[in-house]
Amino acid sequence: MTGQIELAKSAIENNFGIKCESMSFNQLQFSFEINKILDLVDFIKNDPACEFRQITDIAGVDFPDQPKRFEVIYHFLSFKHNIRLRLKTKLSENETLLSITSLFPAANWFEREAFDMYGIQFRDHPDLRRILTDYGFEGHPLRKDFPLTGNVEIRYDEIDKKIVHEPVKLQQDFRSFDVQSPWEGTKYIEEESSNSE
Amino acid sequence: MAMTPAIEETSPELERLKELYADKGFVVTNINNLINWARTGSLHWMTFGLACCAVEMMHVGTPRYDVERFGAAPRASPRHADVLIVAGTLTNKMASALRKAYDQMPEPRYVISMGSCANGGGYYHYSYSVVRGCDRIIPVDVYVPGCPPTAEGLLYGLLQLQKKIRREGNIKR
Repeated sequence: MTGQIELAKSAIENNFGIKCESMSFNQLQFSFEINKILDLVDFIKNDPACEFRQITDIAGVDFPDQPKRFEVIYHFLSFKHNIRLRLKTKLSENETLLSITSLFPAANWFEREAFDMYGIQFRDHPDLRRILTDYGFEGHPLRKDFPLTGNVEIRYDEIDKKIVHEPVKLQQDFRSFDVQSPWEGTKYIEEESSNSE
Repeated sequence: MAMTPAIEETSPELERLKELYADKGFVVTNINNLINWARTGSLHWMTFGLACCAVEMMHVGTPRYDVERFGAAPRASPRHADVLIVAGTLTNKMASALRKAYDQMPEPRYVISMGSCANGGGYYHYSYSVVRGCDRIIPVDVYVPGCPPTAEGLLYGLLQLQKKIRREGNIKR
Protein backbone atom coordinates (compact mmCIF):
# COMPACT_ATOMS: atom_id res chain seq x y z
CA MET A 1 0.00 0.00 0.00
CA THR A 2 2.99 2.34 0.24
CA GLY A 3 2.70 3.11 -3.44
CA GLN A 4 -0.85 4.36 -3.09
CA ILE A 5 0.10 7.58 -1.39
CA GLU A 6 2.56 8.29 -4.22
CA LEU A 7 -0.19 7.72 -6.78
CA ALA A 8 -2.54 10.10 -5.00
CA LYS A 9 0.22 12.67 -4.66
CA SER A 10 1.15 12.63 -8.34
CA ALA A 11 -2.53 12.65 -9.38
CA ILE A 12 -3.17 15.85 -7.44
CA GLU A 13 0.15 17.44 -8.45
CA ASN A 14 -0.33 16.74 -12.16
CA ASN A 15 -3.95 17.86 -12.35
CA PHE A 16 -3.68 21.08 -10.38
CA GLY A 17 -0.05 22.11 -10.68
CA ILE A 18 0.47 22.39 -6.95
CA LYS A 19 3.42 21.01 -5.01
CA CYS A 20 2.96 18.57 -2.18
CA GLU A 21 4.18 20.31 0.97
CA SER A 22 4.65 17.31 3.17
CA MET A 23 4.12 13.60 3.10
CA SER A 24 4.40 11.87 6.43
CA PHE A 25 2.44 9.43 8.56
CA ASN A 26 0.34 8.48 5.52
CA GLN A 27 -0.81 12.07 5.14
CA LEU A 28 -0.41 14.46 2.21
CA GLN A 29 -0.51 18.22 2.47
CA PHE A 30 -1.25 20.79 -0.24
CA SER A 31 -1.94 24.49 -0.40
CA PHE A 32 -4.28 25.85 -3.06
CA GLU A 33 -5.88 29.06 -4.32
CA ILE A 34 -9.40 29.73 -3.10
CA ASN A 35 -10.95 29.79 -6.58
CA LYS A 36 -9.87 26.15 -7.14
CA ILE A 37 -11.77 24.83 -4.16
CA LEU A 38 -14.68 23.05 -5.80
CA ASP A 39 -12.65 21.54 -8.65
CA LEU A 40 -10.01 20.29 -6.27
CA VAL A 41 -12.40 18.83 -3.71
CA ASP A 42 -14.46 17.21 -6.45
CA PHE A 43 -11.28 15.69 -7.88
CA ILE A 44 -9.92 14.28 -4.63
CA LYS A 45 -13.31 12.84 -3.82
CA ASN A 46 -13.90 11.06 -7.12
CA ASP A 47 -10.53 10.37 -8.71
CA PRO A 48 -9.76 6.62 -8.47
CA ALA A 49 -6.23 7.33 -7.21
CA CYS A 50 -7.57 9.44 -4.34
CA GLU A 51 -11.13 8.59 -3.29
CA PHE A 52 -11.07 10.77 -0.19
CA ARG A 53 -14.65 10.02 0.77
CA GLN A 54 -14.75 11.31 4.32
CA ILE A 55 -14.26 14.85 5.52
CA THR A 56 -12.68 14.70 8.96
CA ASP A 57 -12.54 18.36 9.87
CA ILE A 58 -12.45 21.94 8.69
CA ALA A 59 -10.30 24.23 10.77
CA GLY A 60 -9.61 27.93 10.71
CA VAL A 61 -6.52 29.88 11.72
CA ASP A 62 -6.15 33.62 12.25
CA PHE A 63 -2.89 35.39 11.40
CA PRO A 64 -3.70 39.04 12.14
CA ASP A 65 -0.36 40.35 10.83
CA GLN A 66 -0.56 38.78 7.39
CA PRO A 67 -2.33 40.40 4.43
CA LYS A 68 -4.34 37.23 3.86
CA ARG A 69 -5.52 36.95 7.39
CA PHE A 70 -7.35 33.65 7.56
CA GLU A 71 -6.33 30.14 6.72
CA VAL A 72 -8.86 27.39 6.20
CA ILE A 73 -7.65 23.82 6.54
CA TYR A 74 -9.55 20.78 5.31
CA HIS A 75 -8.84 17.23 6.40
CA PHE A 76 -9.94 14.24 4.38
CA LEU A 77 -9.67 10.50 4.76
CA SER A 78 -9.67 7.85 2.08
CA PHE A 79 -10.90 4.54 3.46
CA LYS A 80 -10.12 2.74 0.28
CA HIS A 81 -6.42 3.63 0.21
CA ASN A 82 -6.02 4.30 3.94
CA ILE A 83 -4.40 7.69 3.44
CA ARG A 84 -5.19 11.14 4.70
CA LEU A 85 -5.09 14.54 3.06
CA ARG A 86 -4.74 18.06 4.35
CA LEU A 87 -5.69 20.98 2.09
CA LYS A 88 -4.88 24.54 3.09
CA THR A 89 -5.94 27.85 1.63
CA LYS A 90 -5.58 31.47 2.62
CA LEU A 91 -8.03 34.32 2.30
CA SER A 92 -8.27 37.91 3.45
CA GLU A 93 -11.01 39.34 5.61
CA ASN A 94 -13.19 40.52 2.72
CA GLU A 95 -12.82 37.41 0.58
CA THR A 96 -15.30 34.56 0.59
CA LEU A 97 -14.87 30.87 0.03
CA LEU A 98 -17.21 28.50 -1.81
CA SER A 99 -18.96 26.01 0.43
CA ILE A 100 -18.22 22.34 -0.23
CA THR A 101 -21.53 21.15 1.21
CA SER A 102 -22.66 20.15 -2.29
CA LEU A 103 -19.89 17.53 -2.32
CA PHE A 104 -19.60 16.74 1.38
CA PRO A 105 -22.85 17.27 3.31
CA ALA A 106 -20.89 16.70 6.54
CA ALA A 107 -19.02 19.94 5.87
CA ASN A 108 -22.18 21.86 6.73
CA TRP A 109 -21.58 22.14 10.47
CA PHE A 110 -17.79 22.42 10.11
CA GLU A 111 -18.27 25.48 7.92
CA ARG A 112 -20.81 26.89 10.34
CA GLU A 113 -18.27 26.51 13.12
CA ALA A 114 -15.53 28.20 11.10
CA PHE A 115 -17.96 31.00 10.38
CA ASP A 116 -18.95 31.27 14.02
CA MET A 117 -15.42 31.32 15.38
CA TYR A 118 -13.63 33.36 12.69
CA GLY A 119 -16.31 35.05 10.60
CA ILE A 120 -15.14 33.28 7.43
CA GLN A 121 -17.95 33.54 4.89
CA PHE A 122 -18.82 30.43 2.88
CA ARG A 123 -20.73 31.16 -0.31
CA ASP A 124 -23.65 28.88 -1.31
CA HIS A 125 -23.85 27.39 2.15
CA PRO A 126 -27.48 26.30 2.75
CA ASP A 127 -27.70 27.59 6.31
CA LEU A 128 -24.76 29.69 7.46
CA ARG A 129 -25.79 30.46 11.05
CA ARG A 130 -23.80 30.49 14.26
CA ILE A 131 -23.50 27.02 15.75
CA LEU A 132 -21.79 27.15 19.16
CA THR A 133 -21.93 30.63 20.64
CA ASP A 134 -24.87 32.15 22.49
CA TYR A 135 -28.01 33.33 20.68
CA GLY A 136 -27.42 36.92 19.64
CA PHE A 137 -23.68 36.68 20.26
CA GLU A 138 -21.60 39.43 18.68
CA GLY A 139 -18.09 38.97 17.36
CA HIS A 140 -16.01 35.96 16.42
CA PRO A 141 -14.29 34.59 19.52
CA LEU A 142 -11.29 32.80 18.03
CA ARG A 143 -10.08 35.88 16.18
CA LYS A 144 -6.92 37.15 17.80
CA ASP A 145 -8.42 40.61 18.34
CA PHE A 146 -11.37 39.24 20.31
CA PRO A 147 -10.93 39.92 24.04
CA LEU A 148 -10.48 36.79 26.16
CA THR A 149 -13.30 37.63 28.53
CA GLY A 150 -15.61 38.80 25.76
CA ASN A 151 -17.73 41.92 25.83
CA VAL A 152 -20.85 40.90 27.75
CA GLU A 153 -21.65 38.82 30.79
CA ILE A 154 -25.03 37.67 32.00
CA ARG A 155 -27.02 37.51 35.20
CA TYR A 156 -30.63 36.90 36.16
CA ASP A 157 -32.50 40.07 36.96
CA GLU A 158 -34.89 39.54 39.87
CA ILE A 159 -36.98 42.60 38.95
CA ASP A 160 -37.35 41.99 35.23
CA LYS A 161 -37.54 38.20 35.77
CA LYS A 162 -35.20 37.51 32.90
CA ILE A 163 -31.56 37.02 32.07
CA VAL A 164 -29.85 40.30 31.21
CA HIS A 165 -26.62 40.95 29.31
CA GLU A 166 -24.24 43.54 30.73
CA PRO A 167 -20.71 44.75 29.90
CA VAL A 168 -18.05 42.60 31.53
CA LYS A 169 -17.01 43.80 34.99
CA LEU A 170 -14.30 41.62 36.54
CA GLN A 171 -13.47 41.62 40.23
CA GLN A 172 -9.91 40.70 39.40
CA ASP A 173 -8.23 41.06 36.04
CA PHE A 174 -6.85 38.11 34.17
CA ARG A 175 -3.20 37.41 34.91
CA SER A 176 -1.07 35.38 32.58
CA PHE A 177 1.23 33.09 34.51
CA ASP A 178 3.77 32.56 31.77
CA VAL A 179 6.09 30.01 33.34
CA GLN A 180 7.61 26.79 32.15
CA SER A 181 6.69 24.79 35.22
CA PRO A 182 5.33 25.52 38.69
CA TRP A 183 8.83 25.12 40.11
CA GLU A 184 10.06 28.09 38.09
CA GLY A 185 7.34 30.32 39.40
CA THR A 186 9.23 33.54 40.00
CA LYS A 187 11.70 35.54 37.98
CA TYR A 188 14.54 35.51 40.48
CA ILE A 189 14.81 31.71 40.41
CA GLU A 190 15.13 31.83 36.65
CA GLU A 191 17.86 34.49 36.92
CA GLU A 192 19.73 32.59 39.59
CA SER A 193 19.69 29.38 37.65
CA SER A 194 20.89 31.10 34.47
CA ASN A 195 23.71 32.84 36.41
CA SER A 196 24.94 29.62 37.93
CA GLU A 197 25.21 27.91 34.57
CA MET B 1 -50.79 27.82 57.33
CA ALA B 2 -49.52 29.81 60.28
CA MET B 3 -47.08 28.04 62.54
CA THR B 4 -45.59 28.82 65.86
CA PRO B 5 -42.23 30.33 64.95
CA ALA B 6 -40.05 28.50 67.43
CA ILE B 7 -40.02 24.73 67.53
CA GLU B 8 -39.90 23.78 71.18
CA GLU B 9 -38.17 20.45 71.30
CA THR B 10 -39.30 19.70 74.84
CA SER B 11 -42.40 21.25 76.26
CA PRO B 12 -43.97 19.80 79.39
CA GLU B 13 -47.10 18.90 77.42
CA LEU B 14 -45.14 17.01 74.82
CA GLU B 15 -43.20 15.11 77.43
CA ARG B 16 -46.45 14.16 79.16
CA LEU B 17 -47.97 12.94 75.90
CA LYS B 18 -44.83 11.00 75.05
CA GLU B 19 -44.92 9.24 78.39
CA LEU B 20 -48.59 8.53 78.03
CA TYR B 21 -48.32 6.89 74.59
CA ALA B 22 -44.78 5.53 74.53
CA ASP B 23 -45.70 2.00 75.64
CA LYS B 24 -48.87 1.83 73.57
CA GLY B 25 -47.29 1.65 70.11
CA PHE B 26 -47.37 5.38 69.28
CA VAL B 27 -44.68 7.96 68.59
CA VAL B 28 -45.46 11.48 69.63
CA THR B 29 -43.72 14.33 67.86
CA ASN B 30 -44.12 17.86 66.71
CA ILE B 31 -45.71 18.27 63.25
CA ASN B 32 -42.91 20.57 62.14
CA ASN B 33 -40.35 17.93 63.00
CA LEU B 34 -42.38 15.36 61.17
CA ILE B 35 -42.54 17.41 58.01
CA ASN B 36 -38.85 18.26 58.14
CA TRP B 37 -38.08 14.60 58.63
CA ALA B 38 -40.14 13.78 55.55
CA ARG B 39 -38.49 16.53 53.51
CA THR B 40 -34.94 15.65 54.39
CA GLY B 41 -35.70 12.02 53.74
CA SER B 42 -36.92 12.48 50.18
CA LEU B 43 -34.61 14.94 48.50
CA HIS B 44 -35.21 13.93 44.91
CA TRP B 45 -32.61 15.57 42.77
CA MET B 46 -32.95 17.05 39.36
CA THR B 47 -29.90 16.02 37.37
CA PHE B 48 -28.39 19.03 35.70
CA GLY B 49 -25.18 17.47 34.50
CA LEU B 50 -23.21 19.92 32.38
CA ALA B 51 -19.67 18.53 32.39
CA CYS B 52 -17.32 16.10 34.14
CA CYS B 53 -18.95 16.80 37.53
CA ALA B 54 -21.95 14.95 36.18
CA VAL B 55 -19.92 11.74 36.27
CA GLU B 56 -19.29 12.18 40.00
CA MET B 57 -22.97 12.94 40.40
CA MET B 58 -23.74 9.62 38.72
CA HIS B 59 -21.36 7.87 41.12
CA VAL B 60 -23.38 9.21 44.02
CA GLY B 61 -26.36 7.37 42.65
CA THR B 62 -24.54 4.06 42.22
CA PRO B 63 -24.53 1.32 44.91
CA ARG B 64 -21.09 2.22 46.23
CA TYR B 65 -22.16 5.63 47.53
CA ASP B 66 -25.86 4.89 47.32
CA VAL B 67 -27.51 8.22 47.88
CA GLU B 68 -30.86 6.45 47.79
CA ARG B 69 -30.33 5.31 51.36
CA PHE B 70 -31.08 8.94 52.23
CA GLY B 71 -34.25 8.75 50.22
CA ALA B 72 -32.85 10.74 47.31
CA ALA B 73 -33.55 9.52 43.81
CA PRO B 74 -32.65 11.09 40.48
CA ARG B 75 -35.55 12.63 38.63
CA ALA B 76 -35.43 13.53 34.98
CA SER B 77 -38.06 16.24 35.26
CA PRO B 78 -37.73 19.42 37.32
CA ARG B 79 -41.43 19.14 38.19
CA HIS B 80 -40.71 16.03 40.26
CA ALA B 81 -37.60 17.36 41.93
CA ASP B 82 -36.82 18.94 45.29
CA VAL B 83 -33.19 19.76 44.75
CA LEU B 84 -31.33 20.90 41.66
CA ILE B 85 -27.70 19.82 41.43
CA VAL B 86 -25.82 22.08 39.01
CA ALA B 87 -22.98 19.77 38.08
CA GLY B 88 -20.55 21.40 35.70
CA THR B 89 -19.71 24.47 33.65
CA LEU B 90 -22.67 26.74 33.11
CA THR B 91 -22.32 28.54 29.80
CA ASN B 92 -24.13 31.68 28.74
CA LYS B 93 -26.15 29.71 26.23
CA MET B 94 -27.27 27.19 28.87
CA ALA B 95 -28.15 29.81 31.50
CA SER B 96 -31.67 30.47 30.31
CA ALA B 97 -32.36 26.72 30.24
CA LEU B 98 -31.10 26.40 33.82
CA ARG B 99 -33.33 29.23 34.96
CA LYS B 100 -36.27 27.66 33.17
CA ALA B 101 -35.66 24.31 34.87
CA TYR B 102 -35.38 26.03 38.23
CA ASP B 103 -38.60 27.99 37.67
CA GLN B 104 -40.44 24.76 36.93
CA MET B 105 -39.51 23.16 40.24
CA PRO B 106 -42.20 23.12 42.94
CA GLU B 107 -41.58 24.79 46.29
CA PRO B 108 -39.80 24.07 48.54
CA ARG B 109 -36.81 23.82 46.23
CA TYR B 110 -33.13 23.74 46.95
CA VAL B 111 -30.03 24.12 44.82
CA ILE B 112 -26.62 22.49 45.21
CA SER B 113 -23.86 24.08 43.19
CA MET B 114 -21.35 21.36 42.47
CA GLY B 115 -17.73 22.00 41.50
CA SER B 116 -15.54 25.02 40.81
CA CYS B 117 -17.21 25.93 37.53
CA ALA B 118 -20.69 26.12 38.98
CA ASN B 119 -19.43 27.87 42.12
CA GLY B 120 -17.60 30.70 40.41
CA GLY B 121 -16.62 29.90 36.86
CA GLY B 122 -13.61 27.90 38.00
CA TYR B 123 -11.13 27.15 35.29
CA TYR B 124 -13.27 29.07 32.79
CA HIS B 125 -13.70 32.16 34.96
CA TYR B 126 -12.17 34.44 32.32
CA SER B 127 -13.91 32.86 29.36
CA TYR B 128 -16.19 34.86 27.11
CA SER B 129 -18.88 32.20 27.16
CA VAL B 130 -19.12 30.98 30.75
CA VAL B 131 -21.26 32.28 33.60
CA ARG B 132 -19.02 33.25 36.52
CA GLY B 133 -20.94 31.23 39.08
CA CYS B 134 -24.39 29.73 38.73
CA ASP B 135 -25.55 31.93 41.63
CA ARG B 136 -25.73 34.73 39.08
CA ILE B 137 -28.70 32.88 37.64
CA ILE B 138 -30.37 30.99 40.52
CA PRO B 139 -30.13 31.16 44.31
CA VAL B 140 -27.83 28.47 45.73
CA ASP B 141 -28.16 26.70 49.10
CA VAL B 142 -25.01 24.59 49.25
CA TYR B 143 -21.71 25.01 47.41
CA VAL B 144 -19.62 21.88 47.01
CA PRO B 145 -15.99 22.74 46.18
CA GLY B 146 -13.71 20.60 44.05
CA CYS B 147 -12.75 20.03 40.46
CA PRO B 148 -14.63 17.78 40.32
CA PRO B 149 -15.72 17.10 43.90
CA THR B 150 -15.61 13.45 44.86
CA ALA B 151 -18.84 11.54 45.18
CA GLU B 152 -18.32 11.64 48.95
CA GLY B 153 -18.01 15.41 48.66
CA LEU B 154 -21.35 15.71 46.96
CA LEU B 155 -22.88 13.31 49.46
CA TYR B 156 -21.57 15.48 52.26
CA GLY B 157 -23.09 18.51 50.55
CA LEU B 158 -26.43 16.72 50.45
CA LEU B 159 -26.15 15.96 54.17
CA GLN B 160 -25.36 19.63 54.81
CA LEU B 161 -28.48 20.53 52.88
CA GLN B 162 -30.50 18.17 55.07
CA LYS B 163 -29.04 19.92 58.09
CA LYS B 164 -30.04 23.25 56.64
CA ILE B 165 -33.60 22.09 56.04
CA ARG B 166 -33.84 20.75 59.58
CA ARG B 167 -32.52 24.04 60.92
CA GLU B 168 -34.84 26.43 59.14
CA GLY B 169 -37.47 24.38 57.40
CA ASN B 170 -41.08 24.86 58.34
CA ILE B 171 -44.39 24.38 56.62
CA LYS B 172 -44.81 28.03 55.82
CA ARG B 173 -43.38 28.86 52.44
